[in-house]
Amino acid sequence: MNSGDTAWVLASAALVFLMTPGLAFFYGGMVRRKNVLNMLMMNFATICVVAVMWVLYGYSLSFSTDAGGGLIGGLSKIGLAGTLNATSGTLPEMAFVAFQAMFAIITPALISGAVADRMKFGAWIAFVVVWETLVYFPIAHWVFFFDDGKGGWLGDRIGALDFAGGTAIHLNAGVAALALVLVIGKRRGWPKEPMRPHNLPLVLLGAGMLWFGWFGFNAGSAVAANGQAAVAFVNTLVATSAAALGWIIVERLRDGHSTTLGIASGAVTGLVAITPACASVNPVGAIILGVLAGALCAYAVGWKYKLGFDDSLDVVGVHGVGGAAGALLIGFLATASVTGILDKGDGPSGLFFGGGFAQLGKQAIGVAAVAAYSFVVTWLIAKVLDKIMGLRVDDETESVGLDQAVHAESGYELGAVSGGGFGQVIRRVEVGAGAGTPAGTAAGTDGKEDGQR
Amino acid sequence: MKLITAIVKPFKLDDVKAALEAFGVAGLTVTEASGYGRQRGHTEVYRGAEYQVDLVPKVRIEVLCDDADTEDLIDVIVKAAQTARIGDGKVWAVPVDTVVRVRTGERGVDAL
Repeated sequence: MNSGDTAWVLASAALVFLMTPGLAFFYGGMVRRKNVLNMLMMNFATICVVAVMWVLYGYSLSFSTDAGGGLIGGLSKIGLAGTLNATSGTLPEMAFVAFQAMFAIITPALISGAVADRMKFGAWIAFVVVWETLVYFPIAHWVFFFDDGKGGWLGDRIGALDFAGGTAIHLNAGVAALALVLVIGKRRGWPKEPMRPHNLPLVLLGAGMLWFGWFGFNAGSAVAANGQAAVAFVNTLVATSAAALGWIIVERLRDGHSTTLGIASGAVTGLVAITPACASVNPVGAIILGVLAGALCAYAVGWKYKLGFDDSLDVVGVHGVGGAAGALLIGFLATASVTGILDKGDGPSGLFFGGGFAQLGKQAIGVAAVAAYSFVVTWLIAKVLDKIMGLRVDDETESVGLDQAVHAESGYELGAVSGGGFGQVIRRVEVGAGAGTPAGTAAGTDGKEDGQR
Repeated sequence: MKLITAIVKPFKLDDVKAALEAFGVAGLTVTEASGYGRQRGHTEVYRGAEYQVDLVPKVRIEVLCDDADTEDLIDVIVKAAQTARIGDGKVWAVPVDTVVRVRTGERGVDAL
């Protein structure tokens, strides 16, 4: 075991964890004011549900000895059996369990943006449980499980490169988002009614948290504190910057203004696109990859209006298109000096660096396989859940807003009339007889009195 | 007596207030308002989707005055609020029957 590697992977796991709350704010700022809490809630609940699933059986399905064909793991590590004192490479296996848990958490969370403003909260939780089990755990096994050629079929057997999850996570979530919105349908009033972001500072805050956490996501995926991690780190900085610039340049030329939503969206697109490629391209290649992905996705987010599917916050246009672009661009831009950085430079190369079409072909197989499986299975899951429990809230809930109708809260207290100044406490939770505080005596201490003057 | 209502650009509020004070107006009411005139709002762009935003933020200033001062006060406000560009707002005056100062119960011109 190596203490440096262990420390870096544990720190990276915490960084990746922060991405999901960051995503919650990135998405939360983009929805309308009446649905901000529901969006935050979907993300926070996803953290809690998936963390429990991961320990119970998720890790086993993704990362225990292959059950056949590189398609899925077995049940030998149910409840993390046998992992407490085991090692995985140069780490305690438990550090790897923690790191990969964060990836399992953020992937379904990414999908939440597509169904914003209209999905039943209970149906979302059910979707997360079933989708993780049938889609994420198998695909994580395909892409991330290495066992000397007996691991997952995409990563370990055919050699499709996906360093940190461009296909397994972003393309997967983007395609699943498309399937889910096709089943759940458009929001009331879309695309005629304006549905603009209610809090852009929150969007930028969330994008910043995502970027910060993403250094753990990409550089941590080296699963070691080494030169590969450092290259991934620099690429994560520079590809993201280039993509954000690409996006706002397109905006300036096409729409006349560079926007904060554009720079945040471009940054996230760059992060998505460099994810699979961060240990395959050199930093100059990362700039090219970033600017291409940023410019491409600035257009891709408009496709939903032409094709008529309501992907509320552009999960398809950013994560689906960006993830596929990053994975395919490896086939053009990979350089042996980076892919082989740990073996003194004899890794595979892309088309532009003398590698021919071999790597591009493998990348295409990875993209096609993940996209096809994710789309079909997600669509089936959505159809079945819709039959059993219904995916959508009723029309009244949708128009009042999910914060009030589903969670009985409101996100902001802005005016004296609608805010906390008026009204009174009508019920409190009382523990045991006589232990609760009578509503009247507490009124002066919780700010009610000011409003009643 | 008259009630003068002025809808002006928010950044002109301080100028109007200063001009009214210089004229000798003792009190006024300011409200944040939104609306549109010939200006017809403005457009905003989010991820390439362009939205027409009809309502533009404005400030509504209300001043009570004696009949004799009405035209002068309107001139003072217009002069202070004018940028000569679209969206400068409107000023109007309407007759007022009764005014009472709540603290003392004074009525009419004495309450101004």
